[in-house]
Amino acid sequence: MTIDAWLKAAIEDAERRGLPLLKPMLEGLAQSTRMLRGADFAHAAEATAVPKPARPK
Amino acid sequence: MMSIDEFARGLRARTLSAREITDQCLRRIRDEDSRLNAFILVMADSARQQADQADREIAAGQDRGPLHGVPISIKDLFDIAGTATTAASRVREGHVATSDAPLITQLRQAGAVIVGKTNLHEFAFGTTNEDSAFGPARHPLDPTRSPGGSSGGSAVSLSAGMALATVGTDTGGSIRIPAAICGTVGLKPTSGELPTEGVVPLSKTLDHAGPLTNSVTDAWHMLHALRGRPSPRPLAAAPLNGQRFAVPRRYFCDLLDDEVRGSFEGALDRLRAGGATIGEVDIPTADYIATIYVHLVFGDAAPYHAEALETMPDRYTPAVRMRLEMARYILAEDYVRALEGRAVLCREVDRALSGYDALALPTVPIPAPPIGAASVQVGASSEPVRTVMLRLTQLFNITGHPAISLPCGTTRAGFPIGLQLVGTRMQTDALLHVARSVEDGLR
Repeated sequence: MTIDAWLKAAIEDAERRGLPLLKPMLEGLAQSTRMLRGADFAHAAEATAVPKPARPK
Repeated sequence: MMSIDEFARGLRARTLSAREITDQCLRRIRDEDSRLNAFILVMADSARQQADQADREIAAGQDRGPLHGVPISIKDLFDIAGTATTAASRVREGHVATSDAPLITQLRQAGAVIVGKTNLHEFAFGTTNEDSAFGPARHPLDPTRSPGGSSGGSAVSLSAGMALATVGTDTGGSIRIPAAICGTVGLKPTSGELPTEGVVPLSKTLDHAGPLTNSVTDAWHMLHALRGRPSPRPLAAAPLNGQRFAVPRRYFCDLLDDEVRGSFEGALDRLRAGGATIGEVDIPTADYIATIYVHLVFGDAAPYHAEALETMPDRYTPAVRMRLEMARYILAEDYVRALEGRAVLCREVDRALSGYDALALPTVPIPAPPIGAASVQVGASSEPVRTVMLRLTQLFNITGHPAISLPCGTTRAGFPIGLQLVGTRMQTDALLHVARSVEDGLR
């Protein structure tokens, strides 16, 4: 399900249930979900090199 | 404020009694709680009976260990037989626990005296303790300020001298945040280390139980009592010289109140002066912490609340109700994506800890916010209070690494600031040894 389709369905459902205040919150959640779906977790760990400790200060 | 160690020495030297200190705590509750609202239920009669029993047992040579006779408070998420577990919500009206949660049983076996059940953010679903069916808990230094949450009542009870230790829960920071805001120690052990049966859940993936105390040594005593085993050895303070700390600067130090930043950097300077080495590490996937957390906690919370949201939605506080309603829209595919992100973050924190004794970072980016504030100015940006309070703690609920907050300074106005130390998974004891060294080094 695309996020746009999800958001449209969620807002319609919230309005049907008499919860219009949910709309801006669902829009915020959609932004968060877009970020989550944009992450490439499969390659994230491999791309990480073990950092060397910094020189003592 | 008296530590568990000080109490234990006095008790065994007969310079004080459990009944005397329990009565002292109960007087503090009587005198201050109408102003601070730390307690939902005060258990004065049973506390006095438990204290008297502890005194009799000590006099008869039956010593249960460091917690024997210690007055403690319990976040009102834990079942205590014969009492309601309200979760600070009218949704739970009529509930009476039929048995003690396993952690309560451990505390009773250790001889602790339970003075009462503390206020919290409703269903532990918040960081300020302002949304509660019993009204907000209030900061002991300024009742117009939040004590942090969700274990806000617990932190207040400890900070205001109403108990010598307390037990809370931590799903995104709910032990460490109020500990930092109120100037106490707060320990989140390794994920799964302490049982959460008999505790009203928020997220089975992220929930932890743990103590808030007046010192790292007290946290050691509480942790071992909660495990059901006496401390195998005293918590020795190793010298700071030779200890290695890693600071994850990017993301974790990007958004800090100026006084929190100053206090944190000052703490690092004191650790260096003691001979510790401070390095820097990166958590590459840090930018995704908040979205991973939101999808996990919402996905876990939704099933538990589904029926109540259908049958009695008006019993929730409005803000918590709306966030729980939102939680019901999380898709399974996004929950699974969040679990994948969780696995990556676990590996990244493991790698960051490689070669170091602990990570060091601030606990909360801001000092105590005003009750009712929706946003707060942090440097040049205006940030939502609820999310900024969680920013530095929630990662370690996701990954399960043990984490402890201890005081490292105050603002000019006197509000406490906390330093967070994070250790290797399943090595909570080692983290406490390190924390003890840091606590000594910061004195």
